[in-house]
Amino acid sequence: MEGLISLFIRAVFVENMALAFFLGMCTFLALSKKMSAAIGLGIAVIVVQVVTVPVNNLLYVYVLREGALAWAGFPNADLSFLGYLSYIGVIAAIVQILEMVLDRFFPALYNALGVFLPLITVNCAILGASLFMVERDYNFSESVVYGIGAGVGWAIAILALAGIREKLKYSDVPAGLQGLGITFVTVGLMSLGFMSFSGVSL
Amino acid sequence: MSEARKVLLLPIIKNNPIALQILGICSALAVTTSLNVTLVMCVALTAVTAFSNLFISSIRNFIPSSIRIIVQMTIIASLVIVVDQILKAYAYDVSKQLSVFVGLIITNCIVMGRAEAYAMANPPVPSFLDGIGNGLGYSLVLIFVATIRELFGAGKLFGIEILPLVNDGGWYVPNGLLLLPPSAFFIIAGFIWLLRTSQKDQVEGAEFKIAKNVNKEAL
Repeated sequence: MEGLISLFIRAVFVENMALAFFLGMCTFLALSKKMSAAIGLGIAVIVVQVVTVPVNNLLYVYVLREGALAWAGFPNADLSFLGYLSYIGVIAAIVQILEMVLDRFFPALYNALGVFLPLITVNCAILGASLFMVERDYNFSESVVYGIGAGVGWAIAILALAGIREKLKYSDVPAGLQGLGITFVTVGLMSLGFMSFSGVSL
Repeated sequence: MSEARKVLLLPIIKNNPIALQILGICSALAVTTSLNVTLVMCVALTAVTAFSNLFISSIRNFIPSSIRIIVQMTIIASLVIVVDQILKAYAYDVSKQLSVFVGLIITNCIVMGRAEAYAMANPPVPSFLDGIGNGLGYSLVLIFVATIRELFGAGKLFGIEILPLVNDGGWYVPNGLLLLPPSAFFIIAGFIWLLRTSQKDQVEGAEFKIAKNVNKEAL
């Protein structure tokens, strides 16, 4: 249990998807102008991470890993080279299913998330979390916790950036740095701030 | 400028994928601590973009628009698997250093963005050139960032010592910040600033202007 809490803290703060690994940067920079959009996107990322990382973990352990197909009578099969294709397929499928389920049962949430759900398929933070899970050999419960942590960390980062940018638009920025440039500098400073978490462990 | 040259050269400065289109930033920041790794990443990304554009464009008339994203994803993911296997076979050390970032080429927005924006509407040969052009635009930014980070952060280029470090009896005190993640943001911000100062039309307008103080007497 302590291991899981420490993993969660690490995934949220120390190894923050956006600010330490720069994953999901494109949506992170493009959609952080307004707080409302950032909240929608943040929630959508958490939901998708929580589902996809454990599902990909099961897929890896029971189908793709070397010797994983022993239960089906193929003890020598090694399908790990199919990893990328399967993970991205799973992510695309889950996003699609999630969209349909939300549309049917939670129309309010569906309308709030709106355009952000399909965008999430190509968000590298989602695929990145699955790939890190495979690289670090997490078991099922660890992968659930890691999924939640990675999603929450990313959401915190985009909320913070959106808050800063909403104030930042009133400041007098040099012409060439206007917009994208100053956002990069801001994110750099935030990333410096998050580095102070690097020694934290429970 | 002929059409082909335009397609190939425009994305490098005028329509740079990273600085103007905000595409493919994730890997630009994470793999730029040493030039060796960066170059491998650039070649891998350029190859994937070019070939995915070529293949998607050749079958563009047969892809139903409702499932086009998944078809594009499948093509891109297969190409990335090929690149990954080649790297593992011939450059194992570099592939270890790139870790998950080779896999993340799949979700690199440059590949997807060019497939969607260009390859779906144009014939194969220009699409191929467009892929190479955008790959080169990406490479330009990455190499710029990696050169600064490796030279001033570690005093080396391609692992060969250029500025002798104080620790080894030389004179150069390395700037440790440059090896840490945040520095990449500052360098790219500087690059964008430089680029936009020379290309005035790329400057984004301010959302909010401070009103002129008209009532001088009141002061």
